[in-house]
Amino acid sequence: MEKRYFQKEIETMPVDELKKLQSEKLVKQVKHVYENLPYYRKLMDEKGVKPEDICGIDDLHKLPFLSKADLREAYPYGLLAKPLEDCVRIHSTSGTTGRRVVAFYTQKDVDLWEDCCARAIVAAGGSKKDVCQVAYGYGLFTGGMGLHGGSHKVGCLTLPMSSGFTERQIQFMTDLSATILCCTPSYAAYIGESLKEQGYKPEDIPLKAGIFGAEPWTEEMRQQIQETLGIKAYDIYGLTETTGPGVAFECEAQTGMHINEDHFYAEIIDPDTGEVLPEGCKGELVFTALDKEAFPLLRYRTRDICVLTRKECSCGRTFVKMAKPMGRTDDMLIIRGVNVFPSQIEAVLLKEGYQPNYQIIVDRKGNNDTFDVNVEMNPEQFTDTVSGVTQLEKALSNAMKVMLGINPTVHLVPPKSITRSEGKAVRVIDKRKLI
Amino acid sequence: MSLKQLTVFVENKQGALVGITDTLAAHEVNIRALSIADTQDFGILRLIVDDTETAKKTLSDEGYLINTTDVVGVKIGDQPGKLSKALAVLDEAGINMEYLYAFMTRTEKHAYVVLRVADNAATESALENAGFHIITDADVAKL
Repeated sequence: MEKRYFQKEIETMPVDELKKLQSEKLVKQVKHVYENLPYYRKLMDEKGVKPEDICGIDDLHKLPFLSKADLREAYPYGLLAKPLEDCVRIHSTSGTTGRRVVAFYTQKDVDLWEDCCARAIVAAGGSKKDVCQVAYGYGLFTGGMGLHGGSHKVGCLTLPMSSGFTERQIQFMTDLSATILCCTPSYAAYIGESLKEQGYKPEDIPLKAGIFGAEPWTEEMRQQIQETLGIKAYDIYGLTETTGPGVAFECEAQTGMHINEDHFYAEIIDPDTGEVLPEGCKGELVFTALDKEAFPLLRYRTRDICVLTRKECSCGRTFVKMAKPMGRTDDMLIIRGVNVFPSQIEAVLLKEGYQPNYQIIVDRKGNNDTFDVNVEMNPEQFTDTVSGVTQLEKALSNAMKVMLGINPTVHLVPPKSITRSEGKAVRVIDKRKLI
Repeated sequence: MSLKQLTVFVENKQGALVGITDTLAAHEVNIRALSIADTQDFGILRLIVDDTETAKKTLSDEGYLINTTDVVGVKIGDQPGKLSKALAVLDEAGINMEYLYAFMTRTEKHAYVVLRVADNAATESALENAGFHIITDADVAKL
């Protein structure tokens, strides 16, 4: 089979040339950041690093890290390195502890991001002959707009479905013979189950490939989706802070995701010491945006734990591969594709007049995450009727939905009934077996 | 005039109820009537006891989640159709009921019905006007 690439020269660039390109870009980028981002200039000055000290990729370790806390502190404009008039778009995270991260894009930033997504689509077998159904959410979330732009670049007929309305998804998929599906893996599984219920067999479904990301999923889930939909299912990785989906993508080998290294340089560090670890070691993934203009994060700590490997790939791409993230360095949970921090639950409870005693129980039934929160009841709110209790549960669930974007099932339990070990409650029970 | 009902929040797990009845027994509180409303996750135990204050204190001390609600207690004849008659009175008076439960005693030829309504005073006067006898905590303590 003929090997196909979206930008062959870059995607198959010999590693030494790639390193040279990265070095040139980094030197320029550090200068741009130092001149235009007082926030990062201060961090560099504090560390005693000048732009002149960075002569290439090998000097990257000298630069200070950026973390989520920096992003929150700098909200909204503190890490904007271009005049607003040069920016054309924003995207935003779901909002963690009350403060969202807002990322800015110039047209060039959007272009390079869409290129990355286009590479992912071509690597999944896409071409201008394909019909690409984008069922990621459109809007502030990067999923929909990112794959949408990539699909345009490839020249696919793009179905901008956004997420939800499964009946309509299935109608367009079958009536317009969609060949590529882009969405979260759990939604792909759900669409697959719905098709099956309606009597569709894998061979009746026009799809040939799927590009699924934004939440953790397992190899078993991949097999299941592939069988139900009769497709090849490819993983894609990204985060709003670096740009969105397409930072890394899977090729036909399906053995890890190639990082678009001409735009994003990846390091693995020891999360405790910050020391850069050699290839093959497990640690925290750190990204440096080499080309981004408006929101050029250098050494951004993703908090994702993973491994990088640079081996010759059967697809011919030379980009380093990252394994599926194996966990987090913080307590963030990804539930139904949404980032959830226990501290958000706590904030809602305090605001609603509850004690911050709670337990989050996450499980996976079929291919869907279940999300339950046990909360100790406020004695003052207890009444003698069942409806009184269920109404409290519903109100609390709604308040959490406003904060998190997803609805947990809230269970009120008697005061002091949540297990505490060594005086400290076990806050999170994640029963999903993902790795 | 109304009766004091104790409501206890009960987790839906084995042994939850016996903990409550044991506590009451240990303090010589006699249960006159009880009813449980249950869901998949929890139950709400409603009690009429001979000594509400003691029951309330001991259960609270044990860490139970307690609520006290005023309910209406009405005495009805232990014959077919008597409950129906009482309910018809409420219906005519336009009184909505949240729930009810009934109990009997060994000695009397009467049954007692506990009614949870929005307006206790209106319920009591409607029933009394129709010839029913409303019972009080003092009556319960003597049963």
